[in-house]
Amino acid sequence: MLRFILTRVSLVIPTFLGVTFLTFLLIRLVPGDPIEVRVGERGIPPERLLELRHELGLDRPLWHQFLDYIGGVLQGDLGVSLVTRNSVFSEFVTLFPATLELAALAMLFATVVGLPAGIIAAVRRGSIFDHGVMGISLTGYSMPIFWWGLLLILFFSVGLGWTPVSGRLDLLYYVEPVTGFMLIDTLMAGEYGAFWSALHHLILPMIVLGTVPLAVVARMTRSAMLEVLGEDYIRTAKAKGLAGKRVIGMHALRNALIPVVTVIGLQVGTLLGGAILTETIFSWPGVGKWLIESINRRDYPALQGGVLLIATTVMTVNLLVDVLYGVLNPRIRHSR
Amino acid sequence: MPAMPLLDIKNLSVEFTTRAGTFRAVDGIDLTVDEGEVVGIVGESGSGKSVTSLAVMGLLGSNGTVVADRMHFGGKDLLAMSPSQRRKITGKDVAMVFQEPMTSLNPCFTVGFQIMETLKVHEGLSGKALRNRAIELLEQVGIPAPESRLSAFPHQLSGGMNQRVMIAIAIACNPRLLVADEPTTALDVTIQKQILDLLVRLQKERGMALILITHDMGVVAETAQRVVVMYAGQVAETRPVDALFKAPRHPYTGALLDALPERALGKRRLPTIPGVVPGIGDRPQGCLFNPRCRFANDRCRIERPALFDVDAGKARCFYPLADAPVGAGEVL
Repeated sequence: MLRFILTRVSLVIPTFLGVTFLTFLLIRLVPGDPIEVRVGERGIPPERLLELRHELGLDRPLWHQFLDYIGGVLQGDLGVSLVTRNSVFSEFVTLFPATLELAALAMLFATVVGLPAGIIAAVRRGSIFDHGVMGISLTGYSMPIFWWGLLLILFFSVGLGWTPVSGRLDLLYYVEPVTGFMLIDTLMAGEYGAFWSALHHLILPMIVLGTVPLAVVARMTRSAMLEVLGEDYIRTAKAKGLAGKRVIGMHALRNALIPVVTVIGLQVGTLLGGAILTETIFSWPGVGKWLIESINRRDYPALQGGVLLIATTVMTVNLLVDVLYGVLNPRIRHSR
Repeated sequence: MPAMPLLDIKNLSVEFTTRAGTFRAVDGIDLTVDEGEVVGIVGESGSGKSVTSLAVMGLLGSNGTVVADRMHFGGKDLLAMSPSQRRKITGKDVAMVFQEPMTSLNPCFTVGFQIMETLKVHEGLSGKALRNRAIELLEQVGIPAPESRLSAFPHQLSGGMNQRVMIAIAIACNPRLLVADEPTTALDVTIQKQILDLLVRLQKERGMALILITHDMGVVAETAQRVVVMYAGQVAETRPVDALFKAPRHPYTGALLDALPERALGKRRLPTIPGVVPGIGDRPQGCLFNPRCRFANDRCRIERPALFDVDAGKARCFYPLADAPVGAGEVL
C-alpha cells in the first residue's frame, strides 16, 4: 500500500512541473503586463514603465523568470501578490475554505440526489422515471454554468425572493472566521440566525455548481447498476431469499459504487473549474473569484500560485480516491 | 395412496417477451420430486432445463412469465404466494447451486459474510452461534482450515473451493430440496468428481431431495434415481434411471446415450446428433425432434406427439424404441 502511494506521489511531480510551466506561459501570452494594466488608459512615461518593469523583474528573459519562480516554489515560496503585497499562499488559504465549503456541498448535493436517482432509474429501467432522470441529467450536463446560474438567480432570488442574490452571509451578521467554513463558524459562535443566513446563501451556488456532477453521478450510477444487476451473484443473492432492498442496496450497490467513486473523484477537477464561474456569478468570496481578479490584474504570482495549489488539491483528491477504491474493491486491495 | 410429492409441478410453461416476440422456453412440463429423491434433468443447451429450475426458485426476471396448472412445494402453492412469503422458502427450504462458482459469489464480500447472511436472514442466528455454524458448514463441504477461510474473498479461492462455498450457502438452512444447475460444468474434471461426490454425500446424510441439472448422461447414471430428458422446452422422456439407461424409449434419449464415449467403444467415430435444438423462430411442425430424428416419418412431421405411457415412465414419441438400444454398433 505504501509503495502504491509513493508511486502515485512520484507521478505527481511531472504534472506539477507541467502545470507550473503552462500557467506561467499562458498568463504572459495575454496582452498587457501587471504595470500596463494598473496604469490604465492614462499611460505613464516610457522610462517610468521600464523602471517599474525592472523592479518586478519583468524585463529579464522568460526562462530566467521561470527558473526564479520554480526555485521559489521548490522552497515553498509562492511569492507575493503584485496587487496586495500579501503572500500568495496566505491569500489562498484565507479564501480557499469558502471554495471548499461550496464545492463540498455541491458534491454532497450531487451524490445525495444523483446516487438514488441513478439506482432507481436502473431498477426501473425503461420506466417514465428512468427516461425522466436520464433526460434531465443530459440537460443538466449540457447547461452552461453561467447561464444556469443567472437563470436560477432571476427566478428564485429576483422573482420569488427566496434566496439572496449574492455573497456568503447577510450584512447583519459578522462571525469571526475560525475554520473559514461559514456553516461551522456560525454554529461554533452559536449564531443560529447567521447559520441560516449562510445556508440560504449557499443553496443556489450549490445547486449551480452541483448540476454537472449530479448529472454525471446519476448516469454513471445507472449504468453501473444496470451492469451489476445482470451479474450471477445478484441471482445468488435472490436465491438466498434476500429482500429486494438488500439485494439492490447491498449486493448490487457495493459493486456498482466502484466506478461511481472514480467518477466522483474525477469530478473534483470539474468542480473546482466550475467554482470559478459559480463564484463569479454569485460574488462568492473564494479562490475562484480571486483567480479571475488575478487574471484581470495580470497578478502573475497570485494566478500561478493559485492554479498550482488548486492542481495540488485535485491531485491529492484523486490519490485519495484511488486509495478508497482499494477499500471498496477487495480484488484491487489484495493485488497491491 | 402414495405420499404427496415434495415438489409437484403440472403443466408449467415459461414465456419470455423479447423484441422478436414471445418465446416459450418451457412448454407445458410436469415435474414431481419426492422427499429425498434425486432427479436428474438432462438435455442440450437451450432445452429449458435451467429456465425450469429458475421458475421453481422464483428467480426469473420480470420479462419471464410463469404459468402452471399446479406448482406446489411441500403442499403449499408457490404461485399463490406473495413475494415475501416466497422469499421465506427460497434459500431456506429450496436452495440452489449455480453453474459458475467464480461469478456466483459476490466479489465484494467475504465468504464468511455470504454464508452467515443466509443464516441470519432465515434462522435469525447471530454472534458466536452464527460464526460457529458457518465454520461447521465449511467443514461439512470439505474446506480445510474453515476458520481462516471465513475472512477470504471469493477471488482468493479456486473454482472448486468457491463451488464448495456455494454448496455451503445452499445447505446452510437444511433445505428439503436442493437444485443444482450444472454444478460441475465450469470445473476441472478431477474437481467435478469431488463436487458430485460431495453433493451425493450431503444428499444422503441429510435426506434432502436433489434436482441435478446436467448435460452429462454419465453424471446422471451415477447419481440420479429418476431422469427427466428435456428437449426444446418439453419433456421428451421421464423414467427411472436403470430402465432409461437399459432401454431408452425416445429416439432423442437413445441418441444421447449413443453419444456417450463409453458406449461407443470400438467405433471409429463418436456418434453425434446432427443439427441443433430449435430456437426462437424455427420450431418445426409436428414432433419437435423430427428434423433430427433418424426414425421420423410423415406422421412425425405433421402431428405433435403427446407424452405416452411407456414401461415405468413416459415418452413423447409415436414410435418408442424397442428394448434393444437401436443404433448400438452403428456409425452415424
